[in-house]
Amino acid sequence: MTNWDRFLDSFFNARVAAEYLPKIIEGFWLTILLAACIILAGVAAGLALAVLRSLGIRVLNWAIIFVVDLFRALPPLVIIALLYFGLPAAGLSLSGFAAAWLALSLVLMAFTEEIFWAGITAVPKGQWEAARSTGLGFLDTFTLVVLPQAVRMVIPPLTNRTIAITKGTALASVVAVQEILGAAQAGVSFSFNPTPLTLGAVAYLVLFLPVVILGRWVETRFAWKR
Amino acid sequence: MSAAIVEARGVHKHFGGLHVLKGVDLAVRERELVFVIGPSGSGKSTLLRCLNRLEEPSDGSITVDGIDMLDRRTDINKARQRIGMVFQSFNLYPHMTALGNVALALRRVQGLPRAEAEARARQALERVHLADRAGHYPGQLSGGQQQRVAIARAIALEPRVMLFDEPTSALDPELVGGVLQAMRELRESGMTMVVVSHEMGFARAAADRVVFMDGGRIVEEGPPEAIFGNPQQERTRAFIGQIERH
Repeated sequence: MTNWDRFLDSFFNARVAAEYLPKIIEGFWLTILLAACIILAGVAAGLALAVLRSLGIRVLNWAIIFVVDLFRALPPLVIIALLYFGLPAAGLSLSGFAAAWLALSLVLMAFTEEIFWAGITAVPKGQWEAARSTGLGFLDTFTLVVLPQAVRMVIPPLTNRTIAITKGTALASVVAVQEILGAAQAGVSFSFNPTPLTLGAVAYLVLFLPVVILGRWVETRFAWKR
Repeated sequence: MSAAIVEARGVHKHFGGLHVLKGVDLAVRERELVFVIGPSGSGKSTLLRCLNRLEEPSDGSITVDGIDMLDRRTDINKARQRIGMVFQSFNLYPHMTALGNVALALRRVQGLPRAEAEARARQALERVHLADRAGHYPGQLSGGQQQRVAIARAIALEPRVMLFDEPTSALDPELVGGVLQAMRELRESGMTMVVVSHEMGFARAAADRVVFMDGGRIVEEGPPEAIFGNPQQERTRAFIGQIERH
């Protein structure tokens, strides 16, 4: 057996691939489900925090900044481990899926809050003044004039961050979630062959390339007409 | 002579340690066009922004169309509908068409149904000769056109007074004419206007009264021919001399 044959047998073994493909596909769907739940919860919560922060209530803002900095500073894996291995000690046990979802949602929430906040503060003061001078109240000005502009501005960093965090779904394999990486690792340990990892990598590409391309499309779609 | 529609008395404004307005009295009669001039930092824009309470005066009283603007019980959003404002940097909403810009307050503040709001918005755009640009976004319009849309946005609410804060200062020279034309037509329709601007030709031709401010105070006021032709105060003379040289 030449080195080349050994390489092919290790990473592109057709028999192993055929055997573990169904597991990888299951993992693929599970990853999509997990990612979708994280994006939904994380972006919504981040936006909500940014909106709350723009009310300018000092004590509330301190609390928001504390929470946001906490979850931006902690490594996601540490949060997952804390929730999954730590909470049962407090009498509350989460499934691996729930722990991963909650941890990554909190991290995404923290980053999206900062991103939305940056967008909100980047809208020129004149926009507020123009709207208020026509008699629009704070809430109408915020939701109809400021927020739409802020959201458009932050779509590029928002898609980047969202993609980065959803790739963190691979961390869920640590808490026994059979998403792509978890399924692939299980395949490797049963078959003694790394081919399932190759399948996993391909699955990630199939999943994230369209997301990256979609992100680009969203960026151009929401640019202002000039 | 009609009664004052805008009346500011003893208006002071502090920004931190900076005393920007030092007791300004200004009364504007109905259908009057008052021009406010003065060097930068003299407080003229701040005064204008106090009139619709975009800035909160530190002291004094402001009445517009019989409404006490500084009374806590005054519904400021309702009061502001009577006071249109045009800004130096246009401040159009970039994510809305010209029509959307003009119709927004008609719908959300005056509560008109969409069709009616848009019909009124179209009329306002017609008054600034931009009906054919209704579907354009601000980024697709020239600076002059944007400023005229901003004027339409303000007049659509049928205000009793219009405030102009350096409306032509951000424009290329060739675009100033269209904006001044829109202001002239507004003037001819009988609108009460307070204009902060350095368009002296326009002031001479259209203003009823010119107010010269310096150092947070009104130094001198009078008809344009008196202020420009025969200023009484040394500071006014120096300022007029300086801008006339340009």
